[in-house]
Amino acid sequence: MTLPETSQMVAGRSRGARARGRAAIVARFLVVIVTTYLGLLAVTFFIGRVIPIDPVLAVLGDRAPAHVVERVREEMGLNLPLYQQFFRYLGDALQGNFGTSVLTTNPVMTDIRRVLPATFELATLGTLIGSLIGVPLGVLAAVKRGSLVDQAVRIVGLIGYSVPIFWLALLSLLLFYAQLRWVAFPGRIDVVYEYTFTPTTGLFLLDSLWQGQWDVFRDVFRHIILPASLLGYVSLAYISRMTRNFMLNELSQEYVVAARAKGLSETRIIWFHALRNAAVPLVTVIALSYASLLEGSVLTETVFAWPGIGLYITNSLQNADMNAVLGGTIVIGSIFIAINILSDILYRTLDPRTRAR
Amino acid sequence: MSPLLTVDDLRVSFPTRAGLVEAVRGVSFSLGRERLGIVGESGSGKSQTGRAIMGLTPPQARITAKTLSFDGIDLLEASPRERRELRGNRVAMILQDPKYSLNPVMTIGRQIVETLRTHRKISASEAKARAIAMLEAVQIRDAARVFDLHPHEVSGGMGQRAMIAMMLIAEPELLIADEPTSALDVTVQLEVLAILDRLVAERGMGLIFISHDLRLVSSFCDRVIVMYAGRIVEEIAAADLRNARHPYTQGLLSCMPEIGGDRHPLPVLDRKPEWAR
Repeated sequence: MTLPETSQMVAGRSRGARARGRAAIVARFLVVIVTTYLGLLAVTFFIGRVIPIDPVLAVLGDRAPAHVVERVREEMGLNLPLYQQFFRYLGDALQGNFGTSVLTTNPVMTDIRRVLPATFELATLGTLIGSLIGVPLGVLAAVKRGSLVDQAVRIVGLIGYSVPIFWLALLSLLLFYAQLRWVAFPGRIDVVYEYTFTPTTGLFLLDSLWQGQWDVFRDVFRHIILPASLLGYVSLAYISRMTRNFMLNELSQEYVVAARAKGLSETRIIWFHALRNAAVPLVTVIALSYASLLEGSVLTETVFAWPGIGLYITNSLQNADMNAVLGGTIVIGSIFIAINILSDILYRTLDPRTRAR
Repeated sequence: MSPLLTVDDLRVSFPTRAGLVEAVRGVSFSLGRERLGIVGESGSGKSQTGRAIMGLTPPQARITAKTLSFDGIDLLEASPRERRELRGNRVAMILQDPKYSLNPVMTIGRQIVETLRTHRKISASEAKARAIAMLEAVQIRDAARVFDLHPHEVSGGMGQRAMIAMMLIAEPELLIADEPTSALDVTVQLEVLAILDRLVAERGMGLIFISHDLRLVSSFCDRVIVMYAGRIVEEIAAADLRNARHPYTQGLLSCMPEIGGDRHPLPVLDRKPEWAR
């Protein structure tokens, strides 16, 4: 009998092969990043050239004398051949130099450094709320499929993605700010603190905690909690729905029957075995929802006077401030790429089948 | 000596839109520390019989029986918790395809240890040592390495051995093997069966071997039950299978080709509705 040999038929590989596999993955990631980024830059460059806004006139106004216009055009490199303009644009963009905003007269990058943390803080808190509540709700809905709980989760979700967020935002402001006085007036922070509090990272919750300024922390929290809950609710609607589907799929798998045959408790089967498997696709869902919040939720930022990137880009767009718009677009695009890669890496760590292929 | 398992008039039915569908319709048998084969075609109720004994019937199904008892414990009266404590501990089940029945994101070792630590209060290191010993018992030579592998990293035969290790580590008294080799290559089937054979003999377990393969069952078991449409149509000692009286059993037997045999036309399995009555 050939038992000993066959028992060694493991699809295992040597350490060297594994390391090479990992290097190949990193290389592939890099190629993806570089090509996506180049594509992003090309598209923004192209948009910048075809829209009917003359960047020179945007800076000088339409009453500048012709020779000044000509000189500025030359300074901005707009009389160069298109491919040279593109390389120039590429070099600038890679250094984070997106020119000066006409509207604020600051370098665009300085503006973005100011507005991005506001959006980042809001989106992160929103996603945390959305996943920490959405995932358990989805699991419950799947486990108690067809029950009252399932229906309730369905309705909560339905409202979340069918009701316009600005309407919800206005209503909740009316209730929680105007009536109940539970939360603060729109904005990120009270005027009182605006001059006494100097943020270091721009994430006010963290900064105030770090500096031990409890009253500031409390104030910032009262400002952020309502918009973050609303964004959280909208992502919850999506996340709970997807969790339910993924869990239903996992709970019908044979390994769940095997886990029951082993005598495990339902709690362990659901929250450990099945959810751990459902977590693999869920990571992508949550990452995408997070990325979409990081784009800056214009409506929410408008209603809550939140000085984030969504509001910034919208304002720039309305004022034909192309440098700011394109710079903002590139930054958001970069964030998107980064989130995607992060979720890809997380996916690989969660699913052993995709590791080192 | 009272039997390990007593099944009397077991019925399993599923409510569907078209009304109640009876998957198992009055199955009775008893089992000591012996090997019982249950044979039948797909949908004959053989798997549902096994799952009813395990307590793994889907919640919407209805189970009734005059008696369904394991070692004096009335399984129908037992609380879900009591039944859970039996599962994996005193009654275990091996599923068909290790590709699907092992959790893909957990290492093989952790899945084996999990069974043991659910039922025994022992330290993590002792559980690991016993899991590795169990892997060796199912003839995995490089057990310490396989312990840390994920299910997708091993072959089907190896996966099924891990499954056997996972289900036998708590030393159950009754093992239900539901088509344990049907998903494996023929050459690997024999190896896995040999391992199962040895472990069942060594540990003196009762075994219910569910299969559609009559020849396999008759060579492996002491006694064979033939099921058709949710009922037992024949119960016979494996050695007497050649003398089976029921036409359905004879039909199953005559389906098997013989080397050198040349039959025209090929026999077709007879299905008479009155057998199901």
